[in-house]
Amino acid sequence: MNKLRTNPAISSLLMVSPLAAVLLIFLVLPIVLIVIVSFWQASEFSIIPAFEFDNYAFLFGSPVTYTVFFNTFKYALITWACTLVIGFTVAYYLAFHIRTLTWQIALFLLCTIPFWTSNIIRMISWIPFLGRNGIANSTLMSWGVIDEPIEWLLFSDFAVILAFVHLYTLFMVVPIFNTMMRIDKSLIEAARDAGANGAQILWNVIIPLTKPGIMIGTIFVVTLVMGDFITVRFMSGSQSANVGRLISNDIALLQYPSASATAIVLLLTVLITIGILLRFVDIRKEL
Amino acid sequence: MEPRPRSFYVLSAFFGLFILFLYGPTITIGILSFQGEGGGLTFPMRGVSLYWFYDLFEQQAVGDIWGSFRRSFVLGLMVMVVTVVVSVMGGLAFRRKFPGSNILFYLIITSLVIPSILISLGVGLLFSQSGLDVHWSTSGFGSQLTWTLPFGLLIMFAVFNRFDKSYEEAARDLGATPWQTLRHVVLPIIAPSLIGVALFGFTLSYDEFARTLLTSGSYNTLPLEIYGMTTNVTSPVLYALGTLTTVFSLIIIGVFLCVVLITNRRRAQQGSDAGKGDV
Repeated sequence: MNKLRTNPAISSLLMVSPLAAVLLIFLVLPIVLIVIVSFWQASEFSIIPAFEFDNYAFLFGSPVTYTVFFNTFKYALITWACTLVIGFTVAYYLAFHIRTLTWQIALFLLCTIPFWTSNIIRMISWIPFLGRNGIANSTLMSWGVIDEPIEWLLFSDFAVILAFVHLYTLFMVVPIFNTMMRIDKSLIEAARDAGANGAQILWNVIIPLTKPGIMIGTIFVVTLVMGDFITVRFMSGSQSANVGRLISNDIALLQYPSASATAIVLLLTVLITIGILLRFVDIRKEL
Repeated sequence: MEPRPRSFYVLSAFFGLFILFLYGPTITIGILSFQGEGGGLTFPMRGVSLYWFYDLFEQQAVGDIWGSFRRSFVLGLMVMVVTVVVSVMGGLAFRRKFPGSNILFYLIITSLVIPSILISLGVGLLFSQSGLDVHWSTSGFGSQLTWTLPFGLLIMFAVFNRFDKSYEEAARDLGATPWQTLRHVVLPIIAPSLIGVALFGFTLSYDEFARTLLTSGSYNTLPLEIYGMTTNVTSPVLYALGTLTTVFSLIIIGVFLCVVLITNRRRAQQGSDAGKGDV
């Protein structure tokens, strides 16, 4: 005990050892193994250790790869834009227009509760709404806006992005709200006293001070969308593909080496994107 | 109080629509799960009945729903306990710099942002290559921790960023050992946040899907079971199951929130003895 007290580094290391062990076994080793297997060969029934670049050559030689990566970025970008606008507006409303802390907490909880329920159920729950005979179509038809059901509501890119926005807007609301609550209200009063109108305060005071929250939200949304494979499969009715689906299809065919190669390229893409975003924010300081 | 600006009402309407967007679909399947016997996946309702709920209890052709629920529940508790303990220890350790703290921090971030399918694939490969069988309580358990631990740690970092260290100094000055300081000062102060971490640990595990896909072995967890059903079940029984799990999640969330509320109330009553002494 005395020794521990004199050497805080050792006691810190002891305390993080369970964490380090979990991350080593279930994060680092699996990644290392995926890298190794990405150089292996596959037959129909088994995978064979080797060291060749066939999987990567095939990946980069196939036009499908580029379409699928383009799709992945397209989903990420559109979802990011939608969640940012919605998430910022909601957080702004909660932080600056709700006047008592109790109400702020209550409404904030109302926004976060769906996050703690099942994503799959939340995807399924769009079926009665978007389906061919769903609520959206029948409402629009009864209003006379359309004559026959719109086919592209469910099982389309539209549905995929709608589901992404539905699932992940919370990841924007929470960090942006968190940063906004830490903005010193006297700054806003000062801006108002200096003659700024509402829009000017928003643009010149609140948005710059909220940037760290926006960045954290962006990291969440972009990585969740880029790594997804279920939402795209389910909401597009298997008609669209992103990189995640490419990997899961290979896995289903037991083509682990080729799945691994794709996975490594996806991981690098995500990490580079995050690396760029992290240059704009120090996460640990902003929590 | 100054009058509300016009933007308040516009934003209120926007917020209302957002809430409707969040909850509307879930409420819709909640209603549709009471669909009559001849009813389909969309409106109109053909009568109101509990038929699909009965169906859920009887029909086992679609798989082992109750077994998977039990597994998910046990797994959720396991993940919850480990997440709380490991996150608190990690949070305490990260208050100081230690050798490797930067690397470990970046590993935590990686664990959070890594596409889930890589964990699924990598852990699956790790177990198969080392000759072990994947099972929900070993490989599935570990895979889920890579998702819940980063959340737990981020919450702990946030908590300790706001933690007033003078409480600890006071305890130390009064002669408390490090363990006593932790047990009687630090832990009680951060207790409500720990309930938050526990809530994250349980619900994220209970709903986790992508990381358990290749790592749970032959016994499915509930989300995997539901996912399997989406491909071959096209009756409102799917909605009935969805409604039940959502209600279960809501009950869990409610229990956690009540615990936080009660803790805070008790703390407000007993926390300070200022003004009660004989001075």
